[in-house]
Amino acid sequence: MTSPHRLVVIGNGMAGARLVEDVLARANGDRFQVTMFGDEPYGNYNRILLSGVLAGTQQPDDIFINPLDWYTDNNVTLHAGIGAARIDREAKVVYGSDGRAEPYDTLVIATGSVPFVPPFENLAPTEPAHGPGPYKDGVYVFRTLEDCERMLARAADVKSAAVIGGGLLGLEAARGLSGRGLEVNVVHLMEHLMEMQLDRDAGLMLQKSMESLGVKVHLGKATTGLLGNGSVTGLQFKDGSTLDCDLLVVAAGIRPNVALARSAGLEIKRGIVVSDGMATSDPSICAVGECAEHRGLVYGLVAPLWEQTAVLADRISGRVEDKVYEGSRTSTKLKVMGVDLAVMGEKQSRDADDEVVTYAEPGRGVYHKLIVRDGKLVGAILLGDTSAAPALQQLFDRSTSLPESRASLLFPMGDAPAQLSAADMPDDAQICNCNGVSKGAIVGALRNGCKTFKAVCDATRAGTGCGSCKVQVKAIVEAVAGDNLQDDPAAHYYVPGVAMAKRELIGAIKDMNLRSVSQVFDVLAAGREDPGSKAGLASLLKTMWGNDVVEERDARFINDRVHANIQKDRTYSVVPRIFGGVTSAADLRKIADVADKYNVRMVKITGGQRIDLLGLTREQLPEVWKDLGMPSGHAYTKAFRTCKTCVGTEFCRFGVGDSTALGIAIEKRFQGLESPAKMKLATAGCPRNCSEATVKDIGAVAIEGGRWEIYIGGAAGAHVRKGDLLTTVDSQDEVITLTGRFMQWYREEAKYLERTYDFVPRMGLERVRAVIVDDAEGIAARLDADMQTTVDSFVDPWLEAHAPVHPSQFSQVLEPAAVPVAVEVRASRAEALAFRGAEAGR
Amino acid sequence: MSAVVGTHAAHQVNLGSLDRIPVGEGRTFAIDDLEIAVFRPRSGEVFATQASCPHANGPLADGFVGNGKVVCPFHAYRFDLATGCPEGNSCAPLTTYPAGVTSAGDVVVTLGGR
Ligand code: SRM
Ligand SMILES: Cc1cc2nc3c(=O)[nH]c(=O)nc-3n(C[C@H](O)[C@H](O)[C@H](O)COP(=O)(O)OP(=O)(O)OC[C@H]3O[C@@H](n4cnc5c(N)ncnc54)[C@H](O)[C@@H]3O)c2cc1C
Ligand code: SF4
Ligand code: FES
Repeated sequence: MTSPHRLVVIGNGMAGARLVEDVLARANGDRFQVTMFGDEPYGNYNRILLSGVLAGTQQPDDIFINPLDWYTDNNVTLHAGIGAARIDREAKVVYGSDGRAEPYDTLVIATGSVPFVPPFENLAPTEPAHGPGPYKDGVYVFRTLEDCERMLARAADVKSAAVIGGGLLGLEAARGLSGRGLEVNVVHLMEHLMEMQLDRDAGLMLQKSMESLGVKVHLGKATTGLLGNGSVTGLQFKDGSTLDCDLLVVAAGIRPNVALARSAGLEIKRGIVVSDGMATSDPSICAVGECAEHRGLVYGLVAPLWEQTAVLADRISGRVEDKVYEGSRTSTKLKVMGVDLAVMGEKQSRDADDEVVTYAEPGRGVYHKLIVRDGKLVGAILLGDTSAAPALQQLFDRSTSLPESRASLLFPMGDAPAQLSAADMPDDAQICNCNGVSKGAIVGALRNGCKTFKAVCDATRAGTGCGSCKVQVKAIVEAVAGDNLQDDPAAHYYVPGVAMAKRELIGAIKDMNLRSVSQVFDVLAAGREDPGSKAGLASLLKTMWGNDVVEERDARFINDRVHANIQKDRTYSVVPRIFGGVTSAADLRKIADVADKYNVRMVKITGGQRIDLLGLTREQLPEVWKDLGMPSGHAYTKAFRTCKTCVGTEFCRFGVGDSTALGIAIEKRFQGLESPAKMKLATAGCPRNCSEATVKDIGAVAIEGGRWEIYIGGAAGAHVRKGDLLTTVDSQDEVITLTGRFMQWYREEAKYLERTYDFVPRMGLERVRAVIVDDAEGIAARLDADMQTTVDSFVDPWLEAHAPVHPSQFSQVLEPAAVPVAVEVRASRAEALAFRGAEAGR
Repeated sequence: MSAVVGTHAAHQVNLGSLDRIPVGEGRTFAIDDLEIAVFRPRSGEVFATQASCPHANGPLADGFVGNGKVVCPFHAYRFDLATGCPEGNSCAPLTTYPAGVTSAGDVVVTLGGR
């Protein structure tokens, strides 16, 4: 047997890691000995999703592609955190920054790009106090996960940001930061935004959309220097003006990272010059990704590099030795929440023979432009509405002849369907651009035994990036698998750690009389205690068994262990219950006294019509509760929270119902009631709705004739949804009965953490009405009785002030014991230390 | 005065009875200037790690524990209790300290000396 071919890859980014995956997929594992150098100390991640991390729509955990285990499992040696320092082409050896030598038969350079930072004045770090990095404090580029995390850490403490560069990257950074509450200014040198991809009209319209999202745009501004001594405090422009900022992101372009290749003597122009076979001027060395220059072009997007790695993998593995890469047609999407923009190909007509189709609707921020040459699509801009993008993308990628009616391309109507149906799409049509997944790969996954939509996504990674292709993936999966498609059971699990849907789980828990979370793990999950499933199970058991549950505090989130809300500095907030938002001088005096006595850092009126005492230590909690002598407001837990009220008939000249009395009654009855997610209620004395009852989980609005409208599923937090009118009733008592019945049903049927704004649409308003109002399933009486039992079993958790469940329940920090280790048996310490189980740190 | 034994670089500290930590939970201990989190999972082992989450200083001792992992209460980052390794996040691994329980039922951690 011949010795394996030594493939060394420099760069563990999008192209480098993809190439290795592509090679392994094509070749029998032991034919290659693969070694990678990666600057990052971890596995590879999807760089394009950094925009989502900055915006907060994705957690850093979500963007990893291959964890370190993947490399070991595939026999790939990854030098994580070790850069390649030198290439010796004579000896065919790469040296790492730690001096290690890796000989190669084939070397692939995939070092990507480095951000371009113009030589502004006062850019360098200044004393005193500057953090890591080559720039002044508060100045960032946007390229790596580290950049992102550092930027976020600063964003949390400052008010304003400036972004230099109004291209794709700059706008995504700007939107991410503005979404985190910063005032953001984009400073752009050119006359309109995204001039590389957009024409002037589209650029100006995009600017309007960005500005409506609170991002200010300054065009034609040349930055000359930075202001500030320690950290950055502003920008100086060529025209003499300045702009204040506490944080600066420089997104002024990228440059191919060619330093290593240059010092190895390879041919470099803008990037590392490669042939159609992806080889550099040295035939044993290839280059892929953003560092490579092919036929005069350097690409800055992922789709071209998926094509490059596929070609190179075909050649290296010998599957198609003479495969060539002929360049890519580029298209991209702006990943800015609140702005839909897709562009492909050319932005401007080349000559009078080109056909230009435009449609603009400035009022809605919609602008469409198609450039057609010889009956084929060579360019498209879709701003404000990208619903036609997937179909146009197919036509663009494949240079398909277009239908006669160009309008049908933008507005697919009855006659000329521009959209290729999932079944008709060719196998090599790219579906997921974030991860470079073709229709063929999806079909392949189905043939290889994937039986559910989720299994297909997991196997191919389609749909796991920005998510915009999920609809198409689903369509393909459904078209190909047809009746063989199975619903993914895991999608229905109540908690990830126990393989059962909620109903089934409830059945099993009842059948086996399981009363504690640890029993559930023991009996239903083979003893495997999943930390991420504990809180959901604890909530369910409490709902099912009420006070007959065997409480295990470790299954509760920290807030529920100490009945207060933990804050960023580890102090806690205390929100006593103020029924219906109605308080008294005596209660206010008690609160004031407590605030004085405990030096409360902030006393705040909350959005829930009550008072928050913030900044208390864990030790202080029981004392504070005792002094207050008021019950818990449950502002920290998944439970009924508050019922906001308005002054109603008692005082208001418009009031037609006693909303205050009703709200107080509701809050007294349902206080502390645990549920899959928070429940916030409100009552209003008339349809002017001053207590915002139509955007609450449940809201009651008084109308003429002493009647009440009941709204459910409303929201005005992270999601905004107008509540659905469940029914109209004649009395406060009926409001209370239906409220309780709906709550109980929701407690039984909802998934953990599913707010009513998701639950009601999932069940369908008709069904909810049938169960709750019309008793179509005959369970109303049972629901009412179960609710009554729960109400009767209410115990104020703050009573634990008098009887803690554990001596250290309210201890923030413990001291070591006063006695040294096993003094009496020091002579034979080995025996004295009967270690129970694993030693940490082994 | 804390109960420190030994004059060598590595020394053991007695944190007192295991019962100071509720079953399945963790607690933060302050040993002179050093804060560590000590965990008592239901599986019966004892683990000790640095007290603050490397992400944004969340109190790890107040996290969920199970299957050899701790989940930080602040933003749900996960770490392996035995090795300190991050799982699915890019934080630095946690510093871990050998920990055990004496026959007298006291928790003992070993600091330094590595
Ligand atoms: C204190 C308060 C802000 C204030 O100063 O007014 C507040 C504070 C918090 N809210 Fe809120 N919310 C407060 C009223 C609201 C409201 C308005 C209301 O209740 O009428 C909303 C919109 C209504 C809603 O819930 O839909 C609201 C929507 C949220 C959300 C988004 C929920 C959603 O699914 O849309 C979260 C995040 C979550 O639940 O995951 C949240 C989470 C939080 C948490 C608990 C975050 C956390 O876990 O640490 C905050 C705790 C701060 C602290 O350190 O104590 N808070 N929060 C308000 C307490 C009300 C009360 O008296 O109980
Ligand atoms: C925030 C952001 C959003 C983006 N959004 C999109 C998008 O929506 N669509 C799109 O198509 N593209 C997008 N891009 C561009 C896309 O990420 C890049 O085109 C792609 O990452 C290029 O891949 P690459 O492998 O060539 O370079 P990289 O992914 O940068 O990988 C290069 C790797 O090489 C490593 N390296 C460099 N030198 C050495 C050395 N000497 N030794 C060892 N390792 C080394 C680096 O650490 C890095 O890991 C985005 C980029 C960013 C930053
Ligand atoms: S809703 Fe407004 S107008 Fe109506 S009773 Fe309440 S406060 Fe008065
Ligand atoms: S502080 Fe621990 S996860 Fe954020």
